[in-house]
Amino acid sequence: MTTEVKPGNPGNLKLNLLGLDRNEYKGRPSTLCQGCGHDSISSQIIAVAFETSLDPSRLIKMSGIGCSSKSPAYFLNRSHGFNTLHGRMPSVTTGALMANRDLKALAVSGDGDTGSIGIGQYKHLLRRNLPMVYIIENNGVYGLTKGQFSATADEGQKLKYAGTNELPAIDLCMEAIVANCGFVARSFAGDAKQVRELLKAAFAFDGTAVLDIISPCVTFNNNEDSTKSYPYGKAHEEKLHDISFIPAFEEVTVDYEKGEVRDVKMHEGPTIRLRKLDNDYDPTSRAAAISLLEDSRARQEFITGLVYINQDRKTLIETEEVTNIPLAHLPSEKTRPSRGSLEKLMAGWM
Amino acid sequence: MSVMDLQTQAQSPGENRPEVVNNFSVNIATVNGSGSQTANTTIIRALFKMGIPVNGKNIFPSNISGLPTWYTVRVSKDGFVARRDETEILVAFNIATNDADLESLQAGSVCIHPDDMRFVNKREDVIYYPLPVKTMVKESQVEPKLKDYIANMVYVGALAELLGIDSEAIKEALAHHFKGKAKPIEINFSMVNKAATWTRENLKKLDPYRVEKMNATAGKFLVDGNTAGGLGAIYGGVTFVSWYPITPSTSLVDAMNDYLPKLRTDPDTGKATYSVVQAEDELAAIGMVLGAGWAGARSMTATSGPGISLMTEFSGLGYFAEIPGVIWDIMRMGPSTGLPTRVSQGDVLKIYYLGHGDSKQICLLPGSMKECFQFGMEAFDLAERLQTPVFVLSDLDLGMNLWMTDPFEYPEKPMDRGKILNEEDLTRLGGFARYEDKDGDGIGYRTLPGNKHPLSAYFTRGTGHDAHASYSERPDDWEENLQRLARKHDTARTLVPAPVIDIREKAQFGIISYGSADPAIVETRAVLQEKGIETSYMRLRALPLEESARDFISRYKNNYVVELNFDGQMHKLLQLHTPEFATRLHSLARCNGLPLSARYVAGEIIAKERK
Repeated sequence: MTTEVKPGNPGNLKLNLLGLDRNEYKGRPSTLCQGCGHDSISSQIIAVAFETSLDPSRLIKMSGIGCSSKSPAYFLNRSHGFNTLHGRMPSVTTGALMANRDLKALAVSGDGDTGSIGIGQYKHLLRRNLPMVYIIENNGVYGLTKGQFSATADEGQKLKYAGTNELPAIDLCMEAIVANCGFVARSFAGDAKQVRELLKAAFAFDGTAVLDIISPCVTFNNNEDSTKSYPYGKAHEEKLHDISFIPAFEEVTVDYEKGEVRDVKMHEGPTIRLRKLDNDYDPTSRAAAISLLEDSRARQEFITGLVYINQDRKTLIETEEVTNIPLAHLPSEKTRPSRGSLEKLMAGWM
Repeated sequence: MSVMDLQTQAQSPGENRPEVVNNFSVNIATVNGSGSQTANTTIIRALFKMGIPVNGKNIFPSNISGLPTWYTVRVSKDGFVARRDETEILVAFNIATNDADLESLQAGSVCIHPDDMRFVNKREDVIYYPLPVKTMVKESQVEPKLKDYIANMVYVGALAELLGIDSEAIKEALAHHFKGKAKPIEINFSMVNKAATWTRENLKKLDPYRVEKMNATAGKFLVDGNTAGGLGAIYGGVTFVSWYPITPSTSLVDAMNDYLPKLRTDPDTGKATYSVVQAEDELAAIGMVLGAGWAGARSMTATSGPGISLMTEFSGLGYFAEIPGVIWDIMRMGPSTGLPTRVSQGDVLKIYYLGHGDSKQICLLPGSMKECFQFGMEAFDLAERLQTPVFVLSDLDLGMNLWMTDPFEYPEKPMDRGKILNEEDLTRLGGFARYEDKDGDGIGYRTLPGNKHPLSAYFTRGTGHDAHASYSERPDDWEENLQRLARKHDTARTLVPAPVIDIREKAQFGIISYGSADPAIVETRAVLQEKGIETSYMRLRALPLEESARDFISRYKNNYVVELNFDGQMHKLLQLHTPEFATRLHSLARCNGLPLSARYVAGEIIAKERK
């Protein structure tokens, strides 16, 4: 069965700043289950890419193996894509981005791909900090192999196939913050608006932006007692703030009362506007972010929003001080040293 | 009793023997981590500077310090550089191995040792030169931390005096080692002189071995294969390196890190035209290499057997998704952790078929320093032309030991970046299918990410795909794809370096070998020729094999495949390549952790021929 992933706002044929219409951001028909959370995330990706006029030729779609990792085929047909190995997407992406610094990666992974087999590459990628949006479509279960627990499944959770999960969950946002990731957010596939605004901010972030999106598996893990289910998410989502992304070319309005909003100015010019809800949460504090995740785990709360942002880290491309011309496109005059240099070298050895 | 008196007790073995000039081996036994490498390379370089053909082999332990290490120096007026089984001169500086080292000597050999070294069985058929090492070190008044290093210079001085190594050559060798830094050169050189003077004044030379200036090294230099390979990659236009440290490959990337800043900093911007990223493991190292290769960089990694095991899954992806990348395997002894500091050619069979399912990889087999350099460059041309991983199979002996070489050849041909379509190409063609075999050579056309043409994008995957790179489980698509990959492998046969073949008229049989086994074969053939046995020789330089291999094998009733592994891996591959001649191929595989010696190879061949 195939299901077409529809752009967020179908039927509108207006063109974006690049002169592209929405259809040019679409992909092939999805082969995921009807109602899969991953498909709704794909829809938001298409919508955001169109709305923010992302240049598809400068994006690479990267993934590992699993249901979530299939999804890059279902959006952005005009971007090169690479469905790599299970848990190894981060290394392939690192190589590709080092080879061509003009590219930005849109990576899609799952909780098994990132939290189990790929936890090592995940941590080291974040340590290195490459320009990419790293979406984890987190459903707590292995779908393609029919329903085993993943490392993000809650302790004590019960599943028909796998029985009871006796082990504590890995919190991939916590792992990201500990690894010094500079942009960490959690969201819910059922909250399309928040996913969209976080995606826009993540694309504007100059470094690795992790979006851990609870994305229910309608086939294997959607009972309401599961914290990764639609019913649970809809009933329990607690937003940290009402987030909106204001692009660089738009004026930042000030029609809020003092203390009502928190604006995070980004290096490239845009602003992330966080409208205060119940508590005033400061996502620029690493300590606050760690406490927040720890407290929400202890209280079994499903918090969503921008958990942490730190724009001070260099990307690996900056650390390595490579040429502005992408390494992949350097002409051979720049990459083959002269005949004289070889002769000089050898003369020194004689 | 004086030293001379002590010596006279063992005088008899050296009496009235004819001089042996520029034709012997020295085995220097020391403790790992004691700084003996400086002393040993000084000896090699000094001999080389005297124009005498030399080769040095470090037989070292997997250890930072404390375990035994041996360094063998072969001096050969005839230019042979293979390891010899025999030692004429032992430098016994390791109390842990001195008795066994002494025991291994033939009658009439020399033993140079610290004067406080005690031997359980002090053989009477060996010439002893005891040296007052402790006293000399004490008198030198160097800083305590330098004492071990300086102690090694005592045997350099004694050898210089006993063998006649030129003092200026030693100074030049030290200057080379210390990159011209005056103080360490002076400290070490004065100890060499002091030991030489003491030897001259206190020891009587009783052995027949000495060196004499020659003119056999002019225009050559000494280098190790890892430096040669790393430089080859640099001149081959490498732009991305990812690696994980593992002996014996580490020094290849070390050499690149040494030379890249000098050779590959863009003069216009001061920025690097390369990036070297140390990965968290070999999985990530090859992952980055393939990611970079996919995006259009000339990318590479260097590893050894255990790293290759970790790279297996990605190698299969690289083969099937058709992504260029260069992987150097500096082979060491397996299986498992094996003997991490000993040589082997044990990864040949595994790498040729690396990956699950039906995969066949391209392997280059350098057999000399020049080829390490040359293949370091050409591996990129082949990887990009064939859009597939290319493995360069060097080994610990080639990679880490010093070898004489003629100068490297600067590439005359421009780089071959393979079949890449840019925006104009796509406009002209009106699109493309990534895995379509338009040219009949099995190689499709690719676009690079970043290409602005609306039809440039395609989806790379390790899953089944059709010519358009779309997911497919259709039996026809799958089969056609594998058939095309097989065609591509046949194209590779015609592009990889051909075997080097030396046919002799009256050859009684063929010898087939590759890589670091070559020096032993060269010498074996000379040994056999002296006995009136002519041979032909085929040195393989790459996999897949091509027709010239079949032609060679067909010429002789017996072909001996000589290699450094247990199972005779290349022998098996040759049998698969030429099943019609399977019984003409005989395996002569050795697997004891040491480089091959001509004595062993010649002996085995003669024994087999007599059967």
